[in-house]
Amino acid sequence: MTKIAGYRRPYIGTQPNPLHPPYVSSIKRSPGKPLIYLPHTLSEVTGPVFGKETVQVKACDLTRQHSGEPLGERIIVSGRVLDENGRPVPHTLVEIWQANAAGRYLHKRDQHRAPLDPNFTGCGHTLTDGEGRYRFVSIRPGEYPWRNHHNAWRPAHIHFSLFGPAFATRLVTQMYFPGDPLIPYDPIFNCTADEKARNRLISLFDWESTLPEKALGYKFDIILNGREATPMEP
Amino acid sequence: MSLCKTTSQTVGPYFAIGLTWLNKDNLAGPGVAGERVMIEGRFLDGDGQPIPDALLEVWQANSHGKYAHPEDTQNKPVEPGFLGFGRIPADANGKFRFSTIKPGAVPGPDGKPQAPHIVASVFARGLLCRLVTRIYFPDDPGNAGDFALNQVEPARRGTLIAKKVPGQSGVLEWNVVIQGPEETVFFDC
Ligand SMILES: [Fe+3]
Repeated sequence: MTKIAGYRRPYIGTQPNPLHPPYVSSIKRSPGKPLIYLPHTLSEVTGPVFGKETVQVKACDLTRQHSGEPLGERIIVSGRVLDENGRPVPHTLVEIWQANAAGRYLHKRDQHRAPLDPNFTGCGHTLTDGEGRYRFVSIRPGEYPWRNHHNAWRPAHIHFSLFGPAFATRLVTQMYFPGDPLIPYDPIFNCTADEKARNRLISLFDWESTLPEKALGYKFDIILNGREATPMEP
Repeated sequence: MSLCKTTSQTVGPYFAIGLTWLNKDNLAGPGVAGERVMIEGRFLDGDGQPIPDALLEVWQANSHGKYAHPEDTQNKPVEPGFLGFGRIPADANGKFRFSTIKPGAVPGPDGKPQAPHIVASVFARGLLCRLVTRIYFPDDPGNAGDFALNQVEPARRGTLIAKKVPGQSGVLEWNVVIQGPEETVFFDC
């Protein structure tokens, strides 16, 4: 049996440590003991494959899930899913969720006194195409308060969840908007030591995907672990 | 070209909005061969408090030890409809449960079989990146020689092995203790 090529581990500082005390919830919800290194086996280089039968075609447009249109500024969020070697990740599932334009989530535990929007649920999913591209239509989410510290507000963001080709490539992240004044103060945004890695969570305003009289375009490329070179036979 | 993996961020408290549509707590539909098991447990934080806003995702081979994935080229059958993926949210008391079949052994490094196991990701508010762990099965003769279990100091291996629940056949208990003396072993993946 040939040896298995694993997936690359992240560069130092480009992923958060589980414990980041400014994010108060991480204090009791982070392991105290070091993670144990495990070479990737068949269990980690395989992972769930979701096909067209799983996906609802309309789920990529968050503005058309109800009878009326949601309030807020319409946006197009698009980009490519690539691996660290620059290769597109085709036909992989991308899931998103977000607050409405007023900064309120359709969730029973969200107690922010901002209005719910009967025409906005705030969730979507899609598969990347053969070149790793995805595209969502949505509305710009509002900033919202949270209780991490005094006068804490989250910058506007969209939550992203991706699978990639393997268990090892699973990723959940958040996308931010350029120029948001709350970003530098956000303990969640700041949880990653490497500044360049952090800043890649900020999408770019994009004329190319902007639709005249309809929606502003934002581009957000997502990078998943690249494959290591196939190990030589011993 | 060398890019850098996008940095992970917490799922936050409201992930149910976006992820519930794919919840799946029964991996063993009709026509899937193997020994049925129910695995249940709790998510606990560093104070021993249950974590209601946590999510477990599991990935496993079928009873023949074959993954439903193109990279598993072993000459073994996969039942139609067997995916091997589960997504299970915690309930209000931090509990989870899912039903599945005990997977077969899959090859490990150098082709040596690994003991039957399920790989798992844990997500929660407060967790900035997913935690990766494994679920093994009690009394499996392969456990003693399993390469992943053997990376772990003996005193902590038990956190990776589900326990039989007295009086309930086919039910196994496996907890996710994120922090503290009974802390579950998490892997760098
Ligand atoms: Fe959020």
